[in-house]
Amino acid sequence: MSTETIEKANDQIAEVKKPSEPLFSKKRRQLLSNPLDEDNPITIQVLGICSALAVTVALKPTFVMAVAVTAVLVLANVVISALRNTIPNRIRIIVQLVVVASLVAIVDQVLKAYSYDIWKELSVFIGLIITNCIVMGRLEAFALGNKPWDAFLDGLGNSFGYAWIILAIAFFRELFGSGKLFGFQVMPDGYIGNGVMMSPAGACLLLGVLIWIVRSRSGYVED
Amino acid sequence: MENLINIFIKSIFIDNMIFAYFLGMCSYLAVSKKYKTAAGLGMAVIFVLGITVPLNWLAYNFLLKEGALTWISADFATVDLEVLKFIVFIAIVAAFVQLTEMVVEKFSPALYNSLGIFLPLIAVNCSILGGALFLPTRDYEFAEAVTFALGSGIGWFLAVVSLAAIREKMAYADVPKPLRGLGITFIIVGLMAFGFMSFGGFELPFKTTEQQQAEQEKSSAKVENKSAESVVNSVANYSE
Repeated sequence: MSTETIEKANDQIAEVKKPSEPLFSKKRRQLLSNPLDEDNPITIQVLGICSALAVTVALKPTFVMAVAVTAVLVLANVVISALRNTIPNRIRIIVQLVVVASLVAIVDQVLKAYSYDIWKELSVFIGLIITNCIVMGRLEAFALGNKPWDAFLDGLGNSFGYAWIILAIAFFRELFGSGKLFGFQVMPDGYIGNGVMMSPAGACLLLGVLIWIVRSRSGYVED
Repeated sequence: MENLINIFIKSIFIDNMIFAYFLGMCSYLAVSKKYKTAAGLGMAVIFVLGITVPLNWLAYNFLLKEGALTWISADFATVDLEVLKFIVFIAIVAAFVQLTEMVVEKFSPALYNSLGIFLPLIAVNCSILGGALFLPTRDYEFAEAVTFALGSGIGWFLAVVSLAAIREKMAYADVPKPLRGLGITFIIVGLMAFGFMSFGGFELPFKTTEQQQAEQEKSSAKVENKSAESVVNSVANYSE
């Protein structure tokens, strides 16, 4: 009896002494870097397209949108990952939706208070972060099965992957559509804005071409 | 009635969920590979939109809007619960979708096989929540909200079915390798959006009261309009 308890105690000590993974191990760095290119949420996984097309008319609202999505995705990933052992499997979607919806409500109120014009411009698309497939996809695929720190890095990586794509689209749309960048005139004075770039259709074409470029670089081919 | 017809046509063609707002793009791209599945999902979207938007309209107008709670007691006239709209809307949508799935599975296995598998997908479809989130900004009456919901659903259905039909044909085309799948689909969607933009030039069958008023004002006070325009221009110059 006594020997057993001692053994158990020894086991526990051994468990504690097992070296934990370093904070930025190779695996963890990949969590950050993969979504930027070869596992990009937009160009490879095809998630979160709605907002990628709808808010990218100019750089300013796009930047705000990217920050908002980053905040929601990272926080939701950490919260769900911390709760992962207490969430019953059957109602997990509802739990995730409630967590995300509360975070989005906070972001919405903050934006409404501090940058009202952009909040007006983004209108329903702030609310639609709730159903942004990137958020739900990462929660389902990653946060439910991993520790909070990993989930934090994964959220950060994926939102940066999302951010650089939408910023790239917004850069071209604003530059050619209205000859401006972040609202400052960069094209020569006589430049007439290209209406196609401002329209939804132009955004689709642009994203199609961008996906073409990214995929021919990374060598990813769909069936 | 005339107003409703206008809203119906507008929400199908001019303000199409896909081509004007890009709502529900994820499932739109994911299920448009085959015509049959696309039609199934399209029907499910019409059904869910047609019911959740009116439900959300009720929730918004009798719970969330400022002064909406006056039907309980006059003391609540200043209560504004609009902060909660995201949570309430998504909860209604998710609960309704779950409920329908269970009911359909229990009572009509045939319908469940054709429609049921798409229902969980729809809970996180942007077009459903988007339809609800447009309500506070547009100030519809109840009947208008129902028409808007049905019109948007039918517009989504049209868009997904036509894309699926084109993609089935595309299977025989020789597309450059990195462009295959998603890339070429986006270019097709872009071209289709150009097509739908031409609907924007249509005149709606009935003039809204606002338009009628605007026309009367135009004819009576052109001079005033001009002065107003110059004010607008000077403001624009100033802000630049």
